[in-house]
Amino acid sequence: MNNNQSNSGALLEVKGLRIEFPTRRGTLRAIDGISLSLEAGEILGVVGESGAGKSLTGTAITGLLERPGRIAGGEIHFNGQRIDNLPSEAMRKLRGKQIGSIFQDPLTSLNPLFSVGRQLIETIRTHTDLTPRQARARAIEMLTQVGIPAPEQRIDQYPHQFSGGMRQRVVIALALCVNPKLVIADEPTTALDVSVQAQIIDLLKTLCREHGSAVMLVTHDMGVIAETCDRVAVMYAGRLVEVGPVQEVVKHARHPYTRGLMGSIPKLGEEVEHLVQIDGAMPRLSHIPKGCAFNPRCPYATARCREDKPEFAQAGRGEVACWLWEGVDPDADPDQLFEELALAQRARHQAEAGNLAVKKSVQACGLEV
Amino acid sequence: MMNAHVAQDAMTMATDKAAAEPILRARNLKRHFDVSPPWLNRVLERRPRQFLRAVDGIDFEIHKGETFGLVGESGCGKSTAARLAVGLYAPSSGSIEFEGVDIGPLSRKQMAPLRSRMQMIFQDPYASFNPRWRVKKIIAEPIRVFGLLKTTAEVDARVAELLTQVGLMPADGDKYPHEFSGGQRQRISIARALASNPDFIVCDEPTSALDVSVQAQILNLMRDLQRQYRLTYMFISHDLAVVFHISDRVGVMYLGAMVEQAPSAELLRNPRHPYTRMLLDAIPDLDMSGRARTPVSGEVPSPISPPSGCTFHPRCPHANARCTSERPVTIATDGGGQVACHAVEEGRI
Repeated sequence: MNNNQSNSGALLEVKGLRIEFPTRRGTLRAIDGISLSLEAGEILGVVGESGAGKSLTGTAITGLLERPGRIAGGEIHFNGQRIDNLPSEAMRKLRGKQIGSIFQDPLTSLNPLFSVGRQLIETIRTHTDLTPRQARARAIEMLTQVGIPAPEQRIDQYPHQFSGGMRQRVVIALALCVNPKLVIADEPTTALDVSVQAQIIDLLKTLCREHGSAVMLVTHDMGVIAETCDRVAVMYAGRLVEVGPVQEVVKHARHPYTRGLMGSIPKLGEEVEHLVQIDGAMPRLSHIPKGCAFNPRCPYATARCREDKPEFAQAGRGEVACWLWEGVDPDADPDQLFEELALAQRARHQAEAGNLAVKKSVQACGLEV
Repeated sequence: MMNAHVAQDAMTMATDKAAAEPILRARNLKRHFDVSPPWLNRVLERRPRQFLRAVDGIDFEIHKGETFGLVGESGCGKSTAARLAVGLYAPSSGSIEFEGVDIGPLSRKQMAPLRSRMQMIFQDPYASFNPRWRVKKIIAEPIRVFGLLKTTAEVDARVAELLTQVGLMPADGDKYPHEFSGGQRQRISIARALASNPDFIVCDEPTSALDVSVQAQILNLMRDLQRQYRLTYMFISHDLAVVFHISDRVGVMYLGAMVEQAPSAELLRNPRHPYTRMLLDAIPDLDMSGRARTPVSGEVPSPISPPSGCTFHPRCPHANARCTSERPVTIATDGGGQVACHAVEEGRI
C-alpha cells in the first residue's frame, strides 16, 4: 500500500495515477496522483461526491478511458504486470477474463437485441474453450447463482423482459461468468430500490467470497460501503484524502472532509434538528485551490493548508493526507484530536469576541485605543 | 433572540396542531390510469380494458406546520399521490381536501386562488427550469402569474430577498440555470416555490439527485424555512433515512396503498407492517452492527395486475390464506398510527 516498491501480495496496484483532459482552456487534471492497492479477495470501497474522480479511476484500471482523457502519469499494475500501457488488443483479452465490470445502469450494459443467454455464452466462449453446449450450461449455472428463478426459461429472454433488479443480476452474472480476479463495480445499486439493493449487495459479497475475486466498489452511498467493504478510499477533487479499514474511516475518520461527509448523512433513529453541513461545494477541476483542495471548506484550515499540498502519510491503520496529522502521533485517537481542535477553535472565537467587546466598551468610554 | 423566536414558534405550532383542522386531507383517494390497448386491438384481439391503479384508496391528513413523509419503492404511487395533493391530477374517486375544500372537482378558475398557496419542488430542478430564462425571471414567474406585486422594482427586490433566503447572492439572479451546480439549482427551485408565499409545499425527491454533503445543506435549509414561515411539507423520497430525518409523520406506500402510517419516531421504533419492517431492514447500516437481516425476497409486482387480497402477500413472510383473498382494512395502532395488515390485526405478529 505504501510507497514501497511492488508489494508482491497486491493484486492491483495503482501508483501515482494522473489523468488529464486537454481542453481549449488548458489541461484539466481530473485525477491527481492516486496510489492505492487491492489484495486478492478484498473489497475496497471508493467514495466521494460526484466529480471526485471515482468512476474515472475505475475506467482507467479497466483501460476504458475515453479520449481526450489520457493517463498522464503513474502506473497501474495488475497481478504483477503493468497494464496501463498495454496495447488495446491485449487489454481487451484481459478485460472480461481477468477484470470484470459492473456499471450503474444495467440496461445500457446489456445489448437489447440479443437474448441474455446469447450475451452470456458469447462472453464465456470468448474467454474459455468451452463448447457451445458447455457454455450454455455454465450460463444457466451462473444465472442460478445470481438468483434468477427458472434460469432455463429466462436464459432465452431479452433484457427488456427483466426488471431492474433482475437485469443487474444478469450483469453481475456476465461480470463473474469467467471468474475474474478483479471486479470493478461502479455504482452497482444506485439505480435500484433499497430492498433490491440489499439483495444485490448480499449477492455480490457472497459471490466474490466464493469466487475469491477482489472487488473495487465505487459508490457514493456510505451505508453500502459500511456493510460491504474491508477498506475504504475517500476521494475529493481528484485526490485521495483518506484510506483505511472501514470501521476506522466510518467511525473515527482522520480527515476533516471524511468527518463532514459522515456527519452529513441522516442516520435512522438519531433525531437531530440540523445535519452537520460542509459549506460550499467541491471545486471545479479548472479551479482547484492551491495547497489542500479541501482548504476553502475546511473549518480547521491553516495558512499552510492554503500553500502546500499535503502528502499521504500513515496514521493508525490507514493513511491520510492532511496537515493536521503532521507531527501528531499517527496512532492518536482521531476523535480526541478533533475534539481538541474544536475546543481550541471555540476558545479562539470567544477570545476574538471578547477582544471585540473590550474594544467596543473602550470606545464607549470615549477612549482612544 | 432569534432562538427564542423559533422556540416560541415551535410551541404555538405544537398547541394548535392538536386543535386545528388538517391543511390537507385525503379520503379513499384513488387515481387509475387507463392503459388499455387501442380500441381496434381490443375488438380484434378480444383484449380487455386495463387500468393501472397508481393510487388505490389512500387516506391521510397533513396538519399545518408539519412534515408528512411518504416512502416506498419505485412504482408504488408516491409521485402520483403528490400530484393529486396539489391538484395536478384529478382523482378517479375519493376526495382531496385543502383546508376543507375538495379540490378534485374544482375548475381551473376556481382552483386559481388556491394554486398560489401550494407549490412543488422536483427531483431534477434543471428539467423544471426554462434554460433560456435568467434565474430572476424564473423566480419571479409565480409572482407575475399570480399578480402578487405590481411594479418591477418590487418584484426585483422580492427576488433578491428570496435569493438571499436560500443562500444565494442577489447578483446570481442575472445568471442562467446552467451556470449553477445541482445543489444551487435546487436552492433556486426552493426560492421559486417560496415566491408565491405558499402554505403547503410538495417536495418530490428533492435531494435524490444530490450528493450527501449538499443534501445536508438543502435539508437544513428546508427545515429553517419551515420554522420561519410555518410551512407544511409533503416530503417524498425513497431514502428512508432522509424521510425519517425531516418528517413528523411518515406514510409507507406499497402498490398504491398506504400500508402503514405513524409518527416517524414511533414508526422507526415499532414498525408494525411486515413491509415497513422489510424496508427498514434493507437499509445499509453505517453502524456495521452485523445484525442478521431478514432476507428480503422478490420485487414489486406490476400495478396493472396486482396480487389478490393484500398486495404484499407474495413477499410477506407472515402471509396466510386470508391474506391472499381478503384486502386488509386500516386499523389504528396504539402508537398513534394506522396499519393495514391481517397479521397485525389478528395479533399474529
